[in-house]
Amino acid sequence: MTMKEHSHYYVPESSWYPAWAALGIATMVYGLAVWLNDSKSGSENPTVFLFFTGFALLSAVLFAWYGKVIEENHQGLANAQLKQSYVWGMAWFIFSEIMFFAAFFGALLYSRNFVMAWLGGEGGKALTGDYLWPAFQAVWPIVENPDPLVFPNPGESMAPPPLSQWGSYLPFWNTVILLTSSVTVHMAHTALKNGFRDKLKLWLSITVILGVIFIFLQIEEYVHAYQELGLTLGTGIYGSTFFLLTGFHGFHVTLGTFILFVQLIRSFKGHFNREDQFGFEAASWYWHFVDVVWVFLFFFVYLY
Amino acid sequence: MNAVLESSHDAHHHGPVNTGLKRWLFTTNHKDIGTLYLWFSFSMFLIGGVLALIIRTELFQPGLQFIEPEFFNQMTTNHGLIMVFGAIMPAFVGLANWMVPLMVGAPDMALPRMNNLSFWILPFAFTMIISTLFMPGGGPNFGWTFYAPLSTTYAPDSVTFFIFAVHIMGASSIMGSINIIATILNMRAPGMTLMKMPLFVWTWLITAYLLLAVMPVLAGVVTMMLFDIHFGTSFFNAAGGGDPVMFQHIFWFFGHPEVYIMILPAFGVVSQIIPTFARKRLFGYDSMVYATSSIAFLSFIVWAHHMFTVGMPLAGQLFFMYATMIIAVPTGVKVFNWVSTMWQGSMTFETPMLFSIAFVILFTIGGFSGLMLAITPADYQYHDTYFVVAHFHYVLVPGALFSIIAAVYYWLPKWCGRMYDESLGKIHFWLSFIGVNVTFFPQHFSGLAGMPRRVPDYAMQFADFNMISSVGAFLFGFSQVFFLYVIIKAIKSGQPASDRVWEGAHGLEWTIASPAPYHTFTEPPVFDDSEVHS
Repeated sequence: MTMKEHSHYYVPESSWYPAWAALGIATMVYGLAVWLNDSKSGSENPTVFLFFTGFALLSAVLFAWYGKVIEENHQGLANAQLKQSYVWGMAWFIFSEIMFFAAFFGALLYSRNFVMAWLGGEGGKALTGDYLWPAFQAVWPIVENPDPLVFPNPGESMAPPPLSQWGSYLPFWNTVILLTSSVTVHMAHTALKNGFRDKLKLWLSITVILGVIFIFLQIEEYVHAYQELGLTLGTGIYGSTFFLLTGFHGFHVTLGTFILFVQLIRSFKGHFNREDQFGFEAASWYWHFVDVVWVFLFFFVYLY
Repeated sequence: MNAVLESSHDAHHHGPVNTGLKRWLFTTNHKDIGTLYLWFSFSMFLIGGVLALIIRTELFQPGLQFIEPEFFNQMTTNHGLIMVFGAIMPAFVGLANWMVPLMVGAPDMALPRMNNLSFWILPFAFTMIISTLFMPGGGPNFGWTFYAPLSTTYAPDSVTFFIFAVHIMGASSIMGSINIIATILNMRAPGMTLMKMPLFVWTWLITAYLLLAVMPVLAGVVTMMLFDIHFGTSFFNAAGGGDPVMFQHIFWFFGHPEVYIMILPAFGVVSQIIPTFARKRLFGYDSMVYATSSIAFLSFIVWAHHMFTVGMPLAGQLFFMYATMIIAVPTGVKVFNWVSTMWQGSMTFETPMLFSIAFVILFTIGGFSGLMLAITPADYQYHDTYFVVAHFHYVLVPGALFSIIAAVYYWLPKWCGRMYDESLGKIHFWLSFIGVNVTFFPQHFSGLAGMPRRVPDYAMQFADFNMISSVGAFLFGFSQVFFLYVIIKAIKSGQPASDRVWEGAHGLEWTIASPAPYHTFTEPPVFDDSEVHS
């Protein structure tokens, strides 16, 4: 684990990126809070510029920061031990992301398995349902909310049709697309490790395209849900869990696609070689992670 | 390429490249960043302390004297938030920044720029939290545990700022944890195997994993709040099929490990200090490591003991009661080991040792009241009373905070090259020790007698205990201002410290000069067993 040969662990003397990134993050979230509160109070022209200023600042700093890290690597400043730090960093970052999704999966399973029963008048807290909304029918996906005056009922759910009709079931195709993209990104990685640059670019391009198609279909599904099924964020716990789980996943796919796209540009610029490719590898780990989350989503949100 | 390498190599022998404000804003140096964390944490400690004294002023006598109940709620909420997230946690991160690279023989933290980012997010986050107090509708008033629906349906508008502040301080914690893990796993000096690491390093490694596992869950739960408030979801509203109690489950899944995030590094600090002043090796090093790991594991399966009274199924109550009690076993192992380390040691009682011994005794009292609270039927009586307040203040103030103070006295000579004044340190200790007990011990009694927590007014029967408590709180508060004086005096005009500082101290941090040079261990040091501390 520790380096035997003599080489310096590169520690930059100072850096302006992080302090500016912190300013960007703070401006962005402060601006978002102002925006949301303005909208909630019914303002016609919510203040949005703070959010976008912060976002732009953060993006610019990250662009410069990552560029600098790549440049330092090309200068030979990053020794094997430093690269190992990046490996640990990425691995445990993904672990923290898994825990973020775990919170939402937990909310889904808890509402579905415990809250539904109690509101429906069964189990340890059955009186809750009996006293509050005795008419409520505990079925999942929810057809009618406990109090439809507060939370309007959803029209239809995302539950799957019989297996024979899966050909027109969009989430099934999304599953196929993402699983395929996990294979293609692996093909790209193998090509890179074997030094086949053209194959790397080809497979990576295919992966990025698959990512974009997935995002496109997901938007399509949301439009369908809102306009035709009457399923929205405001239609009770089914819609809440459905949109937040798929929404955060979709957000991660978007981010992952962008990261892979950056790796694609870097491949065209001649970055990476057979031994040194952690930027690409980290992106592909992230992509596999997003893929695995989808498999769980497909099972627990759509099928189960 | 060579020119770059050489110039950076040369610079390692010098101090910071920037001066003034730029040094602190743009620094990548673990010592600078550790110092920033520690001063930030101390300033938050003073602000949180002022809020506590406002609370204690109002509670000095029954009746409403000074502040409105609505403002009182904002004080309890922000006191908790600022102390937990602004004072205790950053103080430990500051200690980790300063000491982990020195203790494992690393040139710096593994990811120095990200380290700077982790810190500089915090002043923004807490400016945002404190600014909510001045917003229309007031600041967060729902308690530091921000239970829904108080924090959603009935929350002031400023809750949105609170939510985002929690998001970014969580991001800061996650980046900090990743940095600590990478440093410990990847950058130890040759020869320092995992089981030869100083215990402070071990406890921080485990703490970092706890943070990584639960800060995202906290982010998840505040995100659900955000959507309930602004986008019409019904996570915590039963009218839409959600459940306010679900908030408590998710919150405490974060919250209980969070409690241990604030105490495990304290265990590490005390495990460094007691062997030094007992002039013995730590008793039962291996069992300390295993006990810490067990406590960390158990912290994930006890969360619902915070919510025995919400109406859980019986099986759940039994499970969480027994699981909670099991924690007493590894905790008992640790207390036993500290006492056994002191047994027949050549003990001296310098200030860090006094704080550490007080830690062992008073933390144990807090642990025992925790065991009482773990008993489900008894908890029905204690729940939401001052007994709970007394319990967690005993583990957090003479527990976590005393260990931080002990660590500052212990390592300050290494940081600034000067000794504090031992007499002043001892005065500070006795004032704090008396203050903390006068403040919190009576709260056990008022709690057992039924005084609810988070109330600005109370029945006459609790008047005496509350008056004593308030007197103690002011004594404790002023003794921490005195602490500031002792520290500044040491930095300005303390006696020069030797490199080893304490004759019984072992570990790589004592092999370097005092004050620690700006850059240390640019070449991995030789680590032999004579420096194995424990």
